[in-house]
Amino acid sequence: MADNGDEDSQYKIKEGDYVVLKRGDIYKAMQIQPRKKVIFEKQWFFLDNAVDHLYSTTFEIMSGGTLQPKKPKDTAGSNGAKEAGTDNRNIVDDGKSQKLTRDDIETLKEQGLKGQEIIQQLIENSATFRDKTEYAQDKYIKKKKKKYENTVTILKPSCRILAMMYHGREPGKICHLRYDTLAQMLTLANIHAGSKVLVFDTCAGLVLGAVMERMGGYGSVIQMYPGGGPVRAGVESFGFPAHFHDMLHEFPICHVNPLLAGTLDTTAKDPNADEKQSNKAAEEEQNQPEAEQQGSPEERSMETNAGDDAGQEQEKKEKEKRKEAKAQEKKVKLEEKRKKLAAAAALLESRNADGLVIASRFHPCPVLMGLLKFLSPSRPFVVYSQYKEPLIECYTKLREHGGTVNLRLTDTWLRHYQVLPNRTHPVLLMSGGGGYLLSGTTVAMDRPKPAGSQRAEEPAPKRLKLTDTEG
Amino acid sequence: MSFVEYSDFIQDGDVAIVYLSHDSMMPVKVQQGAQTQTRYGVIRHSTDLIGQRYGSKVTCSKGGWVQVLHPTPELWTVSLPHRTQILYTTDIATITMMLELKPGSVVCESGTGSGSLSHAILRTIAPTGHLHTVEFHQQRAEKVAEEFKEHRVDHLVTVRNQDVCKDGFGVTGVADAVFLDIPSPWEAVKHAKAAMKKQGGRVSSFSPCIEQVQRTCEALADQGFEEINTLEILLRVHDIRTVSLALPDFGPDPSAQTQPDANEKAPPPTSGPNHASVTLKTTTPPREIPGHTGYLTFATKPRT
Repeated sequence: MADNGDEDSQYKIKEGDYVVLKRGDIYKAMQIQPRKKVIFEKQWFFLDNAVDHLYSTTFEIMSGGTLQPKKPKDTAGSNGAKEAGTDNRNIVDDGKSQKLTRDDIETLKEQGLKGQEIIQQLIENSATFRDKTEYAQDKYIKKKKKKYENTVTILKPSCRILAMMYHGREPGKICHLRYDTLAQMLTLANIHAGSKVLVFDTCAGLVLGAVMERMGGYGSVIQMYPGGGPVRAGVESFGFPAHFHDMLHEFPICHVNPLLAGTLDTTAKDPNADEKQSNKAAEEEQNQPEAEQQGSPEERSMETNAGDDAGQEQEKKEKEKRKEAKAQEKKVKLEEKRKKLAAAAALLESRNADGLVIASRFHPCPVLMGLLKFLSPSRPFVVYSQYKEPLIECYTKLREHGGTVNLRLTDTWLRHYQVLPNRTHPVLLMSGGGGYLLSGTTVAMDRPKPAGSQRAEEPAPKRLKLTDTEG
Repeated sequence: MSFVEYSDFIQDGDVAIVYLSHDSMMPVKVQQGAQTQTRYGVIRHSTDLIGQRYGSKVTCSKGGWVQVLHPTPELWTVSLPHRTQILYTTDIATITMMLELKPGSVVCESGTGSGSLSHAILRTIAPTGHLHTVEFHQQRAEKVAEEFKEHRVDHLVTVRNQDVCKDGFGVTGVADAVFLDIPSPWEAVKHAKAAMKKQGGRVSSFSPCIEQVQRTCEALADQGFEEINTLEILLRVHDIRTVSLALPDFGPDPSAQTQPDANEKAPPPTSGPNHASVTLKTTTPPREIPGHTGYLTFATKPRT
């Protein structure tokens, strides 16, 4: 809990770390790689000399793309002479108030002037700056700072930062899941250390990463994935320590029905179902490197007319060796994959998961109805959808099917405020929509009953009224 | 049962949530021999609860039934005994993410109030984190400490009965995050800073009034906090309904009759015009919704 000797080592930027670059409200996730050119906000630079600095350090981008930690009191910002007008009755927009031309500014930039200095030049050459009100001056400086300041802050990734980054940069990739909606999901699903959580995420792995962060490496997460393999770009950006990955399991959604029917065989000769798939994947893997080398048909033809040339012979042998090694590797990989599948299947089979989080581009209804079967009773679940209508359908299906209570269809409104002396008001633009959530709690099913007989079982008329009003 | 760990079966001494309907839940202290009255009749703990599975249906004496749920901070929030105004799940969720809470986080909170947020924090920071919570009202501090014990989370929390504005949080240099829900948060900002790790961390303040926000933001800026950001989150609940919209009767349509083709293809388009309607599934907003809970101000403490 308390600080200890190597207190700072975990706060230092290291080579290979996943970090987030920040300027203003713009974020970009990155990995620190030596001599790698990074382009961020129309500027290019190298992250090499950020290594060994502390996280949250702000750097200035120098010419040649090197970074230099910014001195703390560099942000003076105030314009020496505190002179300001009271209103704008005498300010005329004649387009001539700025005496510097665009070319002048370009030359300043080429001279390698710092952003701060360019802004100072702009102020000094503005005829109207002194007549502007104090507030307008502030606003002017802020605007110019945004444009000319060449700084970048390097942050340690977190769910907060990555969720804001994805929402700002690539909302399409995360089905327009807004960060406050993601926050609701983690809380409504009671995500915490030590539980066993199912996640179905086609939001680049952001939701999965968020769930893993909240579990802190304790418990298990089973990622249900569609198609050939799980998407985890978002998870990687979190830069989790290696042991976090021990808690992460994966299970292809196409095996859910066989698993539920008890026909999924992952033990001895599971191959039938699984190997076919992984073979296909393996083939693809194999084809690529070969194509790079020479192309496989050519290779085969070489084998047939071999024997003339010793060199060729040797080449062939080497190639075969390589091939064998590759095949061996593939076998090991396949075996590993089978083991992983078996482990995930075992976790699911007991049907006692503690939580379910769905955020996908698929129709949520079949996903929810399928995966809900893996939950223990009295456990929360939450489904995200960009649209409301499919969640209405989910709600209706769940009410017909039974086995859940506390169903709620919600969305949240997010409003940011500018808080400044005498200038406090809501921020002009707000997000139009952050998606919808259907949440609820599982309960024990009475016993399988034919659809429609529900009504007959309801005992007291009082209770009937109750369910009717339940929202 | 514990608020930070699921279990399958109800045991003596547990706190279970009796679910009557989505807007009516009650927490029950499970005790051998005890009884609980509900509007559907009595629940006998020794036979109806102890040994039963969480999530099962319990039939009450009058024939009606209820569900018994495993406690979670969210269910606790909607069923806890109020001693103060409380924070609800929507704000709690936002606070938890924006403060970057996770297992292992050390958090300071004031005031503890009814413990609605405290339970959510404890859930998130377990099993290795710690919550230092300060409540200046002695009776409330004692009551909430008792609840933490009952909920088996007391090993994760220290309750201090003191005035946070005067005496601070009782710890220095340990917190990753600080949360303030007090009438004059600006008076506690310097204590918040002192409580936090020198490597920095996140702070949040909840205030209903904009003047409070104004003063808090000023105090935060004065103390060197960065990334100061104020926002508001509102929850909208959508009630799902089947509605039917009647179709108007335009009277007999002579143009339809003069077109024999159309008539043949769709024979009775005008049959039963009086009760024609379209039913559809849709959502309706509740008549009234909470329009404001409070402004949430967040900031980052830089390394010092």
